[in-house]
Amino acid sequence: MQLTGAEIVIRSLQEEGVRFVFGYPGGAVLHIYDALFQINQAEPEREIRHVLVRHEQAAVHAADGYARATGEVGVALVTSGPGATNAVTGIATAYMDSIPVVILSGQVPTPVIGEDAFQEVDTVGITRPCVKHNFLVKDVNQLAETIKKAFHIARTGRPGPVLVDIPKDVTAQLAEFHYPKTVAMRSYNPVVKGHPGQIRKAAQALLAAKRPMIYTGGGVVLGNAAPELRALVKKLGYPITQTLMGLGAFPGSDKQFLGMPGMHGTYEANMALHHCDVLLAVGARFDDRVVGNVPHFLQEPRTIIHIDVDPSSISKRVPVDIPIVGDVKAVLSDLLAALEALDRRPDEAALTAWWQQIEAWRARNCLAYTPSDTVIKPQFVIEKLWEVTKGEAIVTSDVGQHQMWAAQYYRFDEPRRWLNSGGLGTMGVGLPYAMGAKLAFPQMPVVCVTGEASIQMCIQELSTCKQFRLPIKIVNLNNRYLGMVRQWQELFYSGRYSESYMDSLPDFAALARSYGHVGIRVDRPEEVVPALEAAFTTHKDELVFLDIQVDPRENVYPMIQGGKGLTEMILGSEEL
Amino acid sequence: MRHVIALLVENESGALSRIAGLFSARGYNIESLTVAPTEDESLSRMTIVTTGSDDVIEQITKQLNKLIDTVKVVDISESPHIERELMMVKVRAVGPDREELKRLADIFRARIIDVTDTTYVIELTGNQQKLNAFLAAISPGLILETVRSGVCGIARGERMLKA
Ligand SMILES: Cc1cc2nc3c(=O)[nH]c(=O)nc-3n(C[C@H](O)[C@H](O)[C@H](O)COP(=O)(O)OP(=O)(O)OC[C@H]3O[C@@H](n4cnc5c(N)ncnc54)[C@H](O)[C@@H]3O)c2cc1C
Ligand SMILES: Cc1ncc(C[n+]2csc(CCOP(=O)(O)OP(=O)(O)O)c2C)c(N)n1
Ligand SMILES: [Mg+2]
Repeated sequence: MQLTGAEIVIRSLQEEGVRFVFGYPGGAVLHIYDALFQINQAEPEREIRHVLVRHEQAAVHAADGYARATGEVGVALVTSGPGATNAVTGIATAYMDSIPVVILSGQVPTPVIGEDAFQEVDTVGITRPCVKHNFLVKDVNQLAETIKKAFHIARTGRPGPVLVDIPKDVTAQLAEFHYPKTVAMRSYNPVVKGHPGQIRKAAQALLAAKRPMIYTGGGVVLGNAAPELRALVKKLGYPITQTLMGLGAFPGSDKQFLGMPGMHGTYEANMALHHCDVLLAVGARFDDRVVGNVPHFLQEPRTIIHIDVDPSSISKRVPVDIPIVGDVKAVLSDLLAALEALDRRPDEAALTAWWQQIEAWRARNCLAYTPSDTVIKPQFVIEKLWEVTKGEAIVTSDVGQHQMWAAQYYRFDEPRRWLNSGGLGTMGVGLPYAMGAKLAFPQMPVVCVTGEASIQMCIQELSTCKQFRLPIKIVNLNNRYLGMVRQWQELFYSGRYSESYMDSLPDFAALARSYGHVGIRVDRPEEVVPALEAAFTTHKDELVFLDIQVDPRENVYPMIQGGKGLTEMILGSEEL
Repeated sequence: MRHVIALLVENESGALSRIAGLFSARGYNIESLTVAPTEDESLSRMTIVTTGSDDVIEQITKQLNKLIDTVKVVDISESPHIERELMMVKVRAVGPDREELKRLADIFRARIIDVTDTTYVIELTGNQQKLNAFLAAISPGLILETVRSGVCGIARGERMLKA
């Protein structure tokens, strides 16, 4: 039977098992919206739920959040021109963190492409540098196959966003619908299995280590390799650090976990990363926020083993001795087997000495802060949030100090429970990420830890949350400052607070209420726990906006100044 | 170091801009880039001449490989290979220069492919050094226009770049 292009789009999404589409309509996608309406009405049991966001940026963020929480491909649908340009920040955010998202964008009809038609932009051109791949579909006969390819490319290898730009006339034309079962592309065949010789070498190097260290990242989460990682770390008994993107793959409350590395990482994680003699890097890309100053890092000799599915992540910033290209899940299980086969144990004496050293570093207690019973300390709020949610919530965050405190003080014991923008650092992701996560897991508590500045970048989504009844808990660490900016100005610009004060803030609790939610303002330390508890009990089924007035002068420590080495941390204000 | 990278890409619209965009976005040098379809119409072959340290060249080949449209990438300058470039030069050919230019063309095995009372167009193929040497041999005042194709490269012997 022949279908219209618009029907082909919806049928293809059904074939992919898509449950949610986050989108916003407009002229170029009207046929697609009509097909969605008609097919959903005819087949309610196969409904694809459309989530009408209030801004296209949030559509992509929510699809991205859904993908981060589930591991499935998130889907966004936007119109041409401004719909597509509004989506760009969301696309770039997903790209930097390697998140599988398919973005369908409407385009002006093929005969007028290039004529500066109404709401025409070169969407494929604009998004090219921030997608894994993109397509412009000019022939309705290639639509289904292109969508199939888009999902395949988005979810395999190093995942990433893929955009499919569909001109309006193509959505009206007719074609036979055959959704391909498989994709074969001669130009795209990501490696899965690692090289056995390299894996054997890695196993030998690991067992020969005197001061071993394991450093893992977002790749372990993306590759669903938490079980393999846990088995490996437990088998070896070595210390592990996980990047901001890797948190939860290995349990945050386990003794072997030293905390996050890098700019706001722990003292013990950074010292161990710097002083180890064998470093196993897994699905982590030696980001500048992690290794700091590269020449300083390289002063200390160490053997580096690096597992990554993307060859271009290997030896990009730091030269690697034993590269292993492959999928982290496959490679880690082969590595475990290789370790078994070697019939050799780690050097117990050396390992004991190394752990003693690490415990000495840990004893500096670098995350200690000065408690107060007059002002609310943001760190205290996160600690209490962890207690109240028993460490079991999905936590999203925006970007700034609150993001770092959430990462430092909420101990994530499972992967896909911590959703944040690491690579692009996009303020505004927190609420839409929470929407995506809550739709995916309605039974899980979902908390958005945010700041009074970040939340205002996508605050319109409070309306979406009302419409779709999403009882998210928003923890607004309101310090009345662009706190992360203020911190840098205090430390590196002699306290000249140029444009970092958030003036004319709304009454967030009242604002939340005006959207039909529960809004609670929290001013005193003793009110924190009751407010958190109320959010999860009394107001269990409602969105609760906790506007928590925190200490405006609190800074995030430890901190490594830009350009400094891993061991050159500032541990607290007394060191300045 | 100068490197000559040969690649096969899907002959899709946009493939060239992805590659050009990669070089500008990541700050890599392009000395020249040539592209045309191969005997298999669905594939285009490019030759890119670039410069960079070994680390940079390694990243360039990895990043090129990572593009979804890229089928194969080889740094052909790592082993014996042949490079050729086509150049056409329009020269002022009057008086005694006319004969002199003809002799020069013969010496370089160039061909005169267009003749008027006052001009020649001279065609020359070879590697970059040969083309440069030819240009250097003509007194600069006589050169009216030059156009060069950029370098094409192929490996010697049995080594092949095939999909
Ligand atoms: C305000 C702020 C402060 C920050 N401070 C810190 C900090 O102190 N510490 C910190 O760690 N980060 C910090 N970041 C985050 C930082 O910018 C980077 O985003 C982060 O460090 C990168 O994490 P990653 O190395 O795990 O790489 P990711 O970006 O998660 O990349 C994943 C890697 O895994 C690979 N991969 C993907 N899938 C697979 C698979 N299936 N198999 C194998 N490999 C795979 C990819 O190719 C890639 O190389 C901060 C960000 C912000 C916004
Ligand atoms: C879209 C965007 N614009 C600017 C920045 C730069 N930036 C990083 S953190 C920050 C301040 C965030 O303030 P807030 O949300 O209140 O969080 P706080 O640091 O106070 O906890 C800014 C402006 C950014 N990351 N994203
Ligand atoms: Mg703030």
